[in-house]
Amino acid sequence: MARRWVAARRHLAWAAVVAAPLVFLAVFFAWPLATVLARGLAGTGTGAAWEVLTSPGVPESIATTVVLAGLGTLGSVALGLPAAWALYRLRWRGQVAARAIVAVPFVLPTVVVAAAFGALFARHGLLGFAGLDQSVAAIVCALVFFNVSVVTRVVGSAWASLDPGAQLAARTLGASRSRAFRTVTLPAIAPALGAAAAVVLLFCSTSFGIVLVLGGTRVRTIETEIYLQVNQFLDLHAAAVLAVLQLVFVGAALALASWARRGRDRVANGRELDGSREARRGDRPWITATLATLGALIVLPGIALVERSLRVEGGGHSLANYAALVDPPARSVLPVTVAQAALNSVVTALIAAVIAAALTVAVSAATVRGPRWTRWIDAVAMGPLGVSAVVIGLGMLLTLNRNVAGVDLRTSWALVPLAQAIIALPLAVRILVPATRAIDPRLRAAAASLGASPWRAWRTIDARLLRGPVALAAGFAFAIAMGEFGATAFVARPDRPTLPLAIARLLSRPGAENVGMGFAAAVLLALVTAAVMLATERLRTRVRADV
Amino acid sequence: MRIVRFAVPATIAAATIAGCSSAQDPATPSGSATPPDTEVTVVTHDSFAVPDAVLAQFEGDTGITVTFVAPGDAGSLTNQLILTKDAPVGDVAYGVDNTFASRALAEGVFANYESAAPAAADATNYAIDGSTALTAIDYSDVCLNYDIAYFEDNGLAVPETFDDLLKPEYKGLLSVTNPATSSPGLAFLLATIAAKGNGWQDYWTQLEANDLRVTASWSDTYYTDFSAPNYGGDFPLVLSYASSPPFEVIDGEATTAVLLDTCFRQVEYAGVLAGAKHPQAAQEVIDWMLSDEFQAALPENMYVYPVSTSVDVPEDWATYAPLSENPWSVPASDIDANREAWLTEWTAVVNP
Repeated sequence: MARRWVAARRHLAWAAVVAAPLVFLAVFFAWPLATVLARGLAGTGTGAAWEVLTSPGVPESIATTVVLAGLGTLGSVALGLPAAWALYRLRWRGQVAARAIVAVPFVLPTVVVAAAFGALFARHGLLGFAGLDQSVAAIVCALVFFNVSVVTRVVGSAWASLDPGAQLAARTLGASRSRAFRTVTLPAIAPALGAAAAVVLLFCSTSFGIVLVLGGTRVRTIETEIYLQVNQFLDLHAAAVLAVLQLVFVGAALALASWARRGRDRVANGRELDGSREARRGDRPWITATLATLGALIVLPGIALVERSLRVEGGGHSLANYAALVDPPARSVLPVTVAQAALNSVVTALIAAVIAAALTVAVSAATVRGPRWTRWIDAVAMGPLGVSAVVIGLGMLLTLNRNVAGVDLRTSWALVPLAQAIIALPLAVRILVPATRAIDPRLRAAAASLGASPWRAWRTIDARLLRGPVALAAGFAFAIAMGEFGATAFVARPDRPTLPLAIARLLSRPGAENVGMGFAAAVLLALVTAAVMLATERLRTRVRADV
Repeated sequence: MRIVRFAVPATIAAATIAGCSSAQDPATPSGSATPPDTEVTVVTHDSFAVPDAVLAQFEGDTGITVTFVAPGDAGSLTNQLILTKDAPVGDVAYGVDNTFASRALAEGVFANYESAAPAAADATNYAIDGSTALTAIDYSDVCLNYDIAYFEDNGLAVPETFDDLLKPEYKGLLSVTNPATSSPGLAFLLATIAAKGNGWQDYWTQLEANDLRVTASWSDTYYTDFSAPNYGGDFPLVLSYASSPPFEVIDGEATTAVLLDTCFRQVEYAGVLAGAKHPQAAQEVIDWMLSDEFQAALPENMYVYPVSTSVDVPEDWATYAPLSENPWSVPASDIDANREAWLTEWTAVVNP
């Protein structure tokens, strides 16, 4: 009897833990999605769905999506892996700044990145000779540009805390450097690598703006087809069929990632190791090669961006655009100064990061420690990443245009950080779940046998060991919220623009001063984000020192 | 808790503005049946902007409080209005244009209303045949723009007509936007359909053969591609608006101009939503949009021309942004009936 009561209490406790993220995801993700699917698929059969999938352009767009996602992920991993080693496993002067720079592209608004890459690949541009304008290769470059930071950061964190002993032992026993890497290091960082690659694959397969802008009309994916069906033709049936297809694709990607990771979870023994070492003379060529490739990918578009932010009327250069950021905007392009918009962004992104981090802790705990029935919440939390932003936006328009529990969400400013938190949740979850899984269950068993309640055990073990990963997840959530455009555009009030909205607005008007201010604002966005990423970096190191 | 705290100052500010102005004008205009303190929601697109003073005066005069919501561009706006017509998200919509108007009218999104404002007569010049549900508020011309210096420096005559663009000397000089993803792109496609009739697919085939560049959005074509001094791209002929050249004037000298024979006229409409909670106040908002104050503010805030003939456009617009006398047009009902077919055919021609 008592035992059954304990079991019931355990289930109740876990129900409470999953309730918050579940309600949140239900209201802001599942409900809008279900509404669109219900309206689009009502009364139609598989024949009609097959017709959509075989209509002109659709099979090609499916193939293009798979190819782009695959190449983008391969490229990000190929570049991110050596970058993780050079920036996290080794220690050298200036590496902190290099880490921050690598994180910046992740948050730049599409319109800005497209302008920077466009300038690079244009006929007169630095890389114009390559003839890559409006090609698949240009899009893959941009996808890698966006996503390499995810691989670098997530794999880097795992690599830095890896015990160098095993690898040294392998070397001592005569294994070559590459063999030691393959047999010792790679299996150890595999969970982190798998998690990062899965996220990047999803980002690449649902990337919308970058494909549209850099591909012109030449490259079409599932996502651009959905946009076309919704925005031009208002064909909800076709949009819903394609959205379901995308969900299947995402499910397959997630299943693949979890299969690749099976049985390889590293178990931490409670002490976080600092496995990084000083860079040696022999490392220099490798560091240089890695930095040069990263530099070409990140710094060249960055230079194009900064150049545009300094350009003023007639083609000269000055700091006038930066001075204009704090002035009330001329010609009423914006209702507030860009500085005010930046403040709006920082405040909403901080709230979004806190919400996302809190939900992520609950999701990770339920996924790893909860009873069997709570484990699928991990997959549910990945949903927002895998569903077309156009579909979610449409769903929000259909569902949130009324009072929900007494709050008029349509005009409520609170919707902005909530929407951003939803978008940030999947990546935060992918960072925290492996970290939670890596905590040795024996520590908890020991705590329990010493009489600690589950809550007490969580506080003294999980909460301590997870401080670093939670800071990392919150940092990424903040970065995503800072740069988020699609969902924010649907829910933000016109008189309270965030920085990306202000940039988009400035860049939709003619006139050198508007463009210049738009690009200066983009540089400001990059700087704020880099600063925050640096801060979480510091936090991580300090926390590790505590433990 | 934090969320609530941040929302409060905005509410107080709004209440203060409304309160102050109504204190100055205690009486609402006689004959108006709108009870004071009515809250009206205007659904609009993301380019909407009105000066605070113009809005405050309207709110003070009528006792109406106006809230604006903007779900996206003109296309998203129309789609939202159609999908939510059974439970409208507001009372008034502003920004449905002539490429989307027929769809909204066919779906019964708007209620009939004929404004008696002085500019209403001007607005009827742009009315959609057979309907009084939409009131024209402003218009703009989508035209090819050119880089004056490029043609002077290269001793090249400036092209004038659509046919000129096919000549070999203009090979690889033109950048336009994709009609499926950008509203000026659709306007330009419609201009060629109006000009070429059934031969438009053939025209685009030849345009494509003359090294046409197509981008996804206006900003890609204008900022990245345009060779004008402010941008320094590779293309001296780009798709933009008739109102763009005044913004490219450097030291009193125009650096860009418009090909007036390539223009398509886009008209933006406002209408009272069927099922609006406050139809009376919504009608007053339409009247306000036709008032001299609102109409005069349009050019500087939204870069469009007012329908009213009694307000002046800015001086530099008159100098540097002359309007096309005979813009191309396609009836709104034809656009709606053929949109999907045209876009599919265009995609097949330009992107085989």
